[in-house]
Amino acid sequence: MKFAVIVFPGSNCDHDAFHAAKDVLGQDAEYVWHKDEDLKGADVVILPGGFAHGDYLRTGAMARFSPIMREVQRFAADGGPVLGICNGFQVLLEAGLLPGAMLRNRDLKFHCEHVHIRVEQTDTPFTLACRPGQVLRIPIAHGEGNYFADPAVIARLEANRQIIFRYTDAAGRVIDAANPNGSAAAIAGLCNEARNVVGLMPHPERACESVLGSTDGRVIFESVVQSLKSGTLVARA
Amino acid sequence: MIAQSVLERHGLKPDEYERIVTLLGREPNLTELGMFSVMWSEHCSYKSSRVHLKTLPTEGPQVLQGPGENAGAIDIGDGLAAVFKIESHNHPSFIEPYQGAATGVGGIIRDIFTMGARPIALMNSLRFGDLDAPGTPRLLEGVVSGIAGYGNSIGIPTIAGEIAFESAYAGNPLVNVFCLGIAKASDIIKGVASGVGNAVYYVGAKTGRDGIHGATMASAEFDDKSAEKRPAVQVGDPFMEKLLLEACLEVMQTDALIGIQDMGAAGLTCSTSEMGSRGGAGVEVDVALVPQRETGMTPYEIMLSESQERMLLVAKRGREAEVERAFEKWDLHAVRIGEVTSDGLLRVKANGTVVAEIPNRALTDEAPVYRRPTAPPEYLADVQRLDLDADAGRRPGPTANGALLALLGSPTIASKRWVYQQYDHMVRTNTVVLPGLGAGVVRIKGTDRALAMAVDGNGRYCYLDPYRGAMLAVAEAARNVACAGARPLAATNCLNFGNPERPAIMWQFAKAVEGIGAACRALAVPITGGNVSLYNETDGRAIYPTPVIGIVGLLEHADRVVTRLFQRAGDVIVLLGEGRGELGGSEYLKVAHGLVRGVPPALDLEAEHALQMLVLDLAEARLIRSANDCSDGGLAAALAECCFDTRGIGAEASIDGVEVARDPALNLAAALFGESASRVIVSVTTDVLTDVLARAAKSGVPARVIGQTGGNMLHIAAGGRTAIDIAVDDAERIWGSAMTRYFRKQAA
Repeated sequence: MKFAVIVFPGSNCDHDAFHAAKDVLGQDAEYVWHKDEDLKGADVVILPGGFAHGDYLRTGAMARFSPIMREVQRFAADGGPVLGICNGFQVLLEAGLLPGAMLRNRDLKFHCEHVHIRVEQTDTPFTLACRPGQVLRIPIAHGEGNYFADPAVIARLEANRQIIFRYTDAAGRVIDAANPNGSAAAIAGLCNEARNVVGLMPHPERACESVLGSTDGRVIFESVVQSLKSGTLVARA
Repeated sequence: MIAQSVLERHGLKPDEYERIVTLLGREPNLTELGMFSVMWSEHCSYKSSRVHLKTLPTEGPQVLQGPGENAGAIDIGDGLAAVFKIESHNHPSFIEPYQGAATGVGGIIRDIFTMGARPIALMNSLRFGDLDAPGTPRLLEGVVSGIAGYGNSIGIPTIAGEIAFESAYAGNPLVNVFCLGIAKASDIIKGVASGVGNAVYYVGAKTGRDGIHGATMASAEFDDKSAEKRPAVQVGDPFMEKLLLEACLEVMQTDALIGIQDMGAAGLTCSTSEMGSRGGAGVEVDVALVPQRETGMTPYEIMLSESQERMLLVAKRGREAEVERAFEKWDLHAVRIGEVTSDGLLRVKANGTVVAEIPNRALTDEAPVYRRPTAPPEYLADVQRLDLDADAGRRPGPTANGALLALLGSPTIASKRWVYQQYDHMVRTNTVVLPGLGAGVVRIKGTDRALAMAVDGNGRYCYLDPYRGAMLAVAEAARNVACAGARPLAATNCLNFGNPERPAIMWQFAKAVEGIGAACRALAVPITGGNVSLYNETDGRAIYPTPVIGIVGLLEHADRVVTRLFQRAGDVIVLLGEGRGELGGSEYLKVAHGLVRGVPPALDLEAEHALQMLVLDLAEARLIRSANDCSDGGLAAALAECCFDTRGIGAEASIDGVEVARDPALNLAAALFGESASRVIVSVTTDVLTDVLARAAKSGVPARVIGQTGGNMLHIAAGGRTAIDIAVDDAERIWGSAMTRYFRKQAA
C-alpha cells in the first residue's frame, strides 16, 4: 500500500504523517512536492497539517492553486481515498472537495490538547475498522477549526451521513463543553458525497504510538489499509 | 570630526570613539560609525560581561561545540548531536509584545538550523509584573500569542517553560526563548567565511528599514519615550523562516557550503564581520546587490537593518549552482552579494564604490572589554534580615489550608494550561511528556533515547542573594531534568540584569556568574552558550537579577520516563532529601505575608549531585512511578502537584516539624512551605521500597517514607499535627483555573 504525503512549503505535519504511514504502519510512503504533477502511483493521498503557504490570507486558500492539487482532484474524482488532516482539511474545503469553511476558534485562541471524537459513520475508507460510535482520544492543534456551513448544508450533511466525527466528552456525549472550537453540529470531520474524501481537524498521526500517550489514531490509518486490501469502499485500488 | 550628539545617538562613549579612530588609523565615516556602534553595543560585544563569562566551565567530553558559535552542541550518542541555546528578546517584547516575542522565537530557531540541526523543541522562560497590575494581561497575551504564532506556524513544538509574576518586572518583562535541534554530529556546520574568492550569498527576506539599531536599543534603559522606539522592533514572517529552514537544511546536505550565519542583531554587519573574523578572512560585499524591500536605502541602513528571516552563506567555489538550485526549489533566491578576500577587511561597496572598510577583528574580537566596578547593593543587608516572628508573626497569617490554596492559586505556581494550550506542543510527534508535568521530553526517532530539558530561574532568590540564587537556578533545572529520568548533560544560560554601569548591578551579575560556574562544575553540566541581556531597567528601576538556566539531559530509554503524576492508590510516598524549614525568599512569605525578605535556601552542591544521581538510578531501574522536585511553595505544594491531573489520586502524608520561630503557626508554615533545596518526592510500589531506601542509603541521600497515595483528599500532618486537609478536586480547581479565571474576569 502506498501513501502519498503532499508537501506544501508550509506543511509541518508532513513528516509526522509519513512516519505514521511508514514507520508505524509499515506501509510504503512517499513525499510528493506541491509543484509536482504526479502522485507517483499512490493508493492513498494525505494532505498533512501545517500552514500550506503561510496562510496569511486564509487557511488553505492558496494551496488549491498548487499544481499537485489538479492531480489530487482527479484522484479523488476517480474514487481514490484522500485524507485531509487539520490544514489538509482546510485545503479540502478551499478546494471545494468538501463543503463548508473554517472560522477562528470561538475563543480566538489556538488550542493544542487531547480531545475526544466519536466515530459517526464507518462506511468510509478511513473509518472502516472503527466500531460505530467508538470514541477516540486524539489531539487537536489549530487556531481555525470552527467549522461553519449554512443550515441547509448542515442538513444535507446530516441527511447524507457525511458527518464522520463529532467532538464529544470521554463518554461519547455531544456537549458544548467538549466542543473545543465552536464547530457547527460539533463537527470534527466530514466526508464528501462519494465518501472517499475525508477531512478532520484532529491529528490521528499524533496518536499512533503509546510513547506519545494515545494509540487511538491508528485505526484511521489501519482503516484505509484494510479498505484498500479488501477493495471495500474504494472505487480504485 | 563626528559631533558629540551623533556619538550619543549611536550609544558610543568618547573613549570608544577614540578606540575606533586608533583601530582604523583615521576617522570613521557615518556608515562605519553605525557599524561600530551596533557591533560594539552591549548586546553584540558582551563588553561588560565578557570578563565574567570567561570564568564559566565550558568543557567536557560530551561538548562538541562550546560558546562562540551560533549555538552549543553536545554528543547524545548514535552519532547524533543536540544543538541548543537560549536567547532573550526582552526589550522588543516590552515595546511590541506580539512581534517582539515572535521574532525572539524566529531568531533562536535560526541559530539552531544555522548549525545544520533540525529544530525539534522550543521552551521559554517568561517574567511579567503582577498579573493584576494594569498592562500585565495585555503583555502576557501578546507575548504568548507571539510565541504561539511563530512556533506553531513553523511547526516546532513548544514543550515546556516557566513563568513568574513579580512587580519588579512590571516595566520590563522578560522573554527568554530556548530552542534545541538534532544534527548528525559529523554534519555540524559553522559560521565561518574562508577560501579567497568563494562566493558570499544572501538569502531570505528582503532588507527593509525595520530594526535599525535594534541591538543598540537592547543596550539602553527604557524611559517614558520607549513607545516611540516601536519602529526598531522587527516584524516576523514564520512562513519565510520555514522556507529558509527547509532550504538551508537541504543545502547543507550537499556539502557545498563553507559556512552560514543568520542575520540577527546588527544584521548584515554582524554576519559578515563575525564570519570573516572566525575564518581569519576578509569579506567584500556590495550593498547594491542586497535585495531591498524599500527604495532609497543608504548603505548605512542596509548594513544595520535587522529585517528578519535572512541568512548569509559562503559557498564552495564551483558549487554555486547547487546552492542556488536548492533555494530555487523553495522559491527563494540566493543572491551573490560578494566574496571572501584575503585581507581580513570587511569592505562594503555601493555600486562598486567603497563606502566602508573596517578590519573584521576590529568589529568583533577587538571590541572594548570592560571590567566594570562592582559593589554590593545597599538594599541587601536590610532585605536579607528576616526575623519571622517580628516580620511575619505580627498579625496572624492564613491557616495552613488557606495558605496552600492561596499558593496553588498564585499565578506563579498555578497551572499554566491557559498558556501552553496555545502552543502546539505535539507537532513532530516526539513529545513524550506534555507541558505541565515536569521537564519537557522528546524522543529521538530511530533510537531508544529521549532528551529531557528544563528552564529555571528565580529572580527573587537572586535579588536576595545572587550567588546562591544562581546556583539554585542551575540546581533546579538539572533536578527537573533528573526527575524525568534523564542524565543532565549541559547547560545554556540567559542572563537578564539591569544597567551594568551601576556597580550594584555589576556586582549582582558577577556574583550570579560565579554561582552558575560553581553549580555547573559540581553538577557536571558545562555551559555551551547563551545570551546576556543588560539594561533591563525602566525609569531607573532595575528588574530582579534573573539568570535563567536551560539544562539538557539524556534518557537512555524513552519509555522509562518519569513525571510528577502519582500513578495509582496504595503506592508509598518517599521524600528524598531533607527540609530545614527555610522560608527566606519563599513564595509563602510573598503570598501569605507580602514579604520579600531573608536569604534563599542553602545549597550543598555535593548533596544535590548525589540526589540527582540517585533519582536517575531509580528511574533507570524502573523503581519509581513518579518524581517531583520541591520548589515554589515547598513540600506541600509539590505534594499537591503530584495529585493533580491524576483524576483525583489523593495522598496521606506526615512530615517532620521544624522550629524556626516562636509562633507555632510559622513553624508549621516553614515545614509545609519552606523551600529547602535538594528535595524530591517519589512514589514507589511497596515491593521495591526496601530496594529504594537501600539505594538512597548507599548514595548518602536522606530518604524517608512520608505517606502513601490514595483517597480523594490531600492530608498532611506536620510534626504530628494535622495541617492540611483538603479535597484534591477543590485544590485542583483553584490551581487549574487561576489564570483562566483571571482572563475571564478581564474580559467581563
